[in-house]
Parts: sequence; structure tokens; C-alpha cells
Amino acid sequence: MINPSRTTIPRGVFERFSQPVPAKTATTRKEKPSLFKTVFTLPIIFYALLLIALPILYVFFLSFLRSDNYGGYLYEFNLENYGEILDSTYLSIFLKSAVIGLATTAICLAISYPFAIFLRGKSERKRNFIMKLIMVPFLTNSLIRTYGLITLLRKNGVINSTLLNLGLIGAPLNLMYNNLGILIGMVYTLLPFMLLPVCSAVSKVDQNLLDAASDLGAGKVQKFFKVYLPLTLQGAFNGSLMVFTPAIGYFFIADVLGGGKAMIIGNLVKNQFLTARNWPLGAALSILLLVITFLLVKLYKKIGGNLDELGGG
Amino acid sequence: MRLIKRGGKLRNLYIFLVLLLLFLPIFILVAFSFNESKLNVIFTGFTFDWYGKLFENPDLLDAFKNTLLIAVASTAISTVLGTIGAFGLYKFQFRGKSFIDKLLYIPIVIPEIVLGIALLSIFTLAKIELSLWTVLLAHISFSVPFVITSVRSTLYAMPKNIEEAAEDLGANRWQSFWYVTLPILKPGIVSGALLAFTLSLDDVVISYFAAGPGTNTLPLYIYANIKTGISPDVNALTTLMLIFTITVLALSAHLESKKQLERVIK
Repeated sequence: MINPSRTTIPRGVFERFSQPVPAKTATTRKEKPSLFKTVFTLPIIFYALLLIALPILYVFFLSFLRSDNYGGYLYEFNLENYGEILDSTYLSIFLKSAVIGLATTAICLAISYPFAIFLRGKSERKRNFIMKLIMVPFLTNSLIRTYGLITLLRKNGVINSTLLNLGLIGAPLNLMYNNLGILIGMVYTLLPFMLLPVCSAVSKVDQNLLDAASDLGAGKVQKFFKVYLPLTLQGAFNGSLMVFTPAIGYFFIADVLGGGKAMIIGNLVKNQFLTARNWPLGAALSILLLVITFLLVKLYKKIGGNLDELGGG
Repeated sequence: MRLIKRGGKLRNLYIFLVLLLLFLPIFILVAFSFNESKLNVIFTGFTFDWYGKLFENPDLLDAFKNTLLIAVASTAISTVLGTIGAFGLYKFQFRGKSFIDKLLYIPIVIPEIVLGIALLSIFTLAKIELSLWTVLLAHISFSVPFVITSVRSTLYAMPKNIEEAAEDLGANRWQSFWYVTLPILKPGIVSGALLAFTLSLDDVVISYFAAGPGTNTLPLYIYANIKTGISPDVNALTTLMLIFTITVLALSAHLESKKQLERVIK
């Protein structure tokens, strides 16, 4: 008897079928240094080392130093910064950031899936046009858009005055200067990052599979859970990654829509660098954010996600 | 039959509502740029005054000029750097290449705030004074990987032997890159450049850390004024910028489709 689960399928076979990743090695050749090669490789090496590797390594280094309380730091290596971030004072901020991050991601997913599935039925021309429209808000700086949100959300803002005039509410709602304000701001700002990958993933789902599911008696809900969701998991994770990490880092949204007291990790890092001037502690917090991000990226790769599709939709 | 039709209408309504959500704050900004009252609260009457006042606000104009300069310069530099880099990494094998490859994903995935403070730290370490130049460097730093990703997708779709064919026909490698590869890569380069430009215009977090006390860009100007209140000349500027960018985009899309049409006709 052959146990089907034991038959060995080489790793990566499914990935190769599920998404066409062209062979990298086919055209890469190892050759002697030439002016041509130097011109095409040296600038990017310099860039990657100087503007990416060096700054990140330096933050890592900083996170083990001790602050001198005057905005500088002493070269005494220790782990106290990491001890301090695990301290209870920051725990509530971490927890709140996690809740806001997860809630933002969940709401964006919930908005994006129906949108993507409805968009699937449209002609390619219409689809492309709508996908372009999604990008248009990005042409306005996100802080300016947040300012637009304030005009809508504040006590005497457009939403409240409209609802009051219609007699739907008796007193203005508190839509900002609280956690709800932060959540609205994050969902609004980050929604396009979810819409783009989810729409692109949903549009690639094979119609035959959906027809087969219908023929076999699957309803809309079943089709969603048994066909759409499994086939678009990578797109959804891609979007979640692009939504969750900014949602715990965008300090300006928490600053502007959350009022003074509401803080997320992003505010904490910003304050350590610009107000409290405790750079080593801020560096340790950043490393924590980095570790969270890398774990999420690892998970994304594990479910077969392609790094090239991140951020580009 | 009728049921299906109604379902279709509901679907359209949903798509419309989501798009409306994305555009509403921008529509409101535009609407209030024509409002008489200085407060962005109630619409009191129609006026074009703020468009005139905009040109009497040197700080705002300066911020706008700087923002645009940085967006254009960082787009140009990152597009060149990213295109060259994507090609080099695709074409050549060298020691530490996989490390460089991995590094290039970092700015795409890490929280912007981490890149922001990392750049601030390194600028301070190198005793580089924070100015528009550091903002420009920072924008290049986060834009290049997006250009690379975009160019790489067209590189992989490129016919494998086309460069060899050019070289067999007597082109040297520079010529084959310039006359054969580059035109093929053009769609990837254009969309990469567009992405870099949008990212630069949209950025708040990284600019915030890379800018010094005297540096004035649009997000910093607004950040400084948002709590005390922003006068509608900002709305007027936003409206003008939107009209400008949308016109440029529509025009470029139009030209591109026209070119494609001509190619088909030929």
C-alpha cells in the first residue's frame, strides 16, 4: 500500500505551478569584471549598503547603548532598553496598537473582498479604470487627506451637522479625539493597500472553479469560503501586511485624530527620538517593530507569497 | 431575471460607496476651498478668494515648491538607479548578490517609522545637517526598491535571447541595452517612476524624521498648523495640485493608448 501522504513531491512544485516565477538563473552569468558590469551593479550595491543596511544596523547597535538623558548616548553595552520595553508602562500601548492594527486589517479585509468579487464581474476596461481611481487619493499627501477627514469627523464637522440637521441624532457624535478616530483614520488611509492586492488576487480566480462550485450546489457563502478565500490567501496576506505594519506605526494619524493622549507604538518611537530624546530606547522599540514585521514576512513567504508582489499590488 | 438585475445594482452601489469613501475627504477639501468662511466648518458662501490668498502665503508656496522639487528629483534619481540596478541584478552574478537582493525588500516591508529613525540616526552619526537634501536622500532610499520591483516584472517577461540577437547583429552591450532592452522595459520603468512619484508626494513619516527644523515641505507645514487650524488656502493648493496631477496622468494615459493604437495600425 502506498500512503498518498508519503509520496514525496519536491518542495516548491506547487508554488511553481500556482504562480509563474521565471527562472532567475537562466540569464544570470558569472563573468569577469568589466566596465559594463561595474556600471550596472556598483550603484545599487552602494545604495543598498549605505541607505538600507547601514542605517538599520546602526539602529540595532544603538538599541544596546545607554542614554545619557541629554539626547546623547554612552557606549556602555547593555540590554536594559529591551528590559524597559517589556515593562508594564508600555504594555498597554502595545496592546492598544495591536488591537488597532488588527481591527484596521480586519475592517479593510471585510470591505475589500465584496468589492473585489463585485468588480470581477465588470469588463476589463471598467476594472482597470476603477483600479486607477483607487490610486488617485495617493496623489494627495496623506496628512492633507487626514485633514480632510477632520473636516468630516469633528464635533461641528460635516457628518455631525448633516446628521443633526436631518434629526437623526440629538447631540453630536464623538467621532475623533478618541480611539474610534484613530481607527477611522487608519482604515481610510490604508484601505487602498488592501484593495489593490485583494482585487488583483480575486480577478485571477478561475471562473471554471466557481462554475463547478455552483454546479455542485455551493451557495455564495460556500463559494467564498471554499473557492475564493483559499485561492486568494496570498493576496489577502499581502494586503494585511501592508495594512498592519503602518497601522501600528503611523503616529501622525494617532496624533491628529486621536487627540493628545491616544498613543500607538509609532508615537512612542517618535517621542523617544524627538521629545524624550532617549534614542537607545527608541531604537529598541524600532527593533521590536522590525522583528514583528520580519515574522509576518516569513509567514507570508511560508504560505507561498511572492515578495515582488508586496507593495506593488 | 429582475432579481439578478437588482443584485447587479446593489453591487454597483457597493463599489460606488467604497470609492466614495476614498474620495469623500478629498471632495470636502476641494469644496471648502471655495468657502467664504476661514473655518472649514460650515459653507457660508462661494468665493475664489483663497486661490488669490494662496499666492500671498510665502510659507505655503515654499513648502509646495520644495515638496514638488523633492518628488521630481527623487523620482528621477530612483528611476535611473532602480532601472540600472534591476537590470544589473538580473544580468550579473557577484558575491553577496543574494544579500543585496534581500536588502532591497527591506524598505518595502518595514514600517516607515523604522526607516525614518534609522536614516535620522545615520545622518546624525555622519554629522550631515538635516535639510532638503536629507529629505531627498530619504525619499530615494524608500523609492528605489519599488522601481526595482516594477522593472523586474517586465525584465522577467522579456524574451530571453533578444539581447544576444542584437549582439549577434553587431551591437555592443551598451547599444543592446540602450536600443533593445530599455525600450522593452519602458512600461515597467514608467509605472515604477509613477509609483516613486506618488510615494514621495504621499509620504509624511519619513520626511518628518529626515527634515531639519528649518526644512519646509507640505506635510511638515500642515503638521505644524493642523492643531491650531489650517486656513482654506491649503484647500486651494490641494485642489490645484489634484487638477494638475490628474491632468498629467490622464494625458500620459491618453498618449500611451494612442501610441499603442498606432502600433497596432502599423
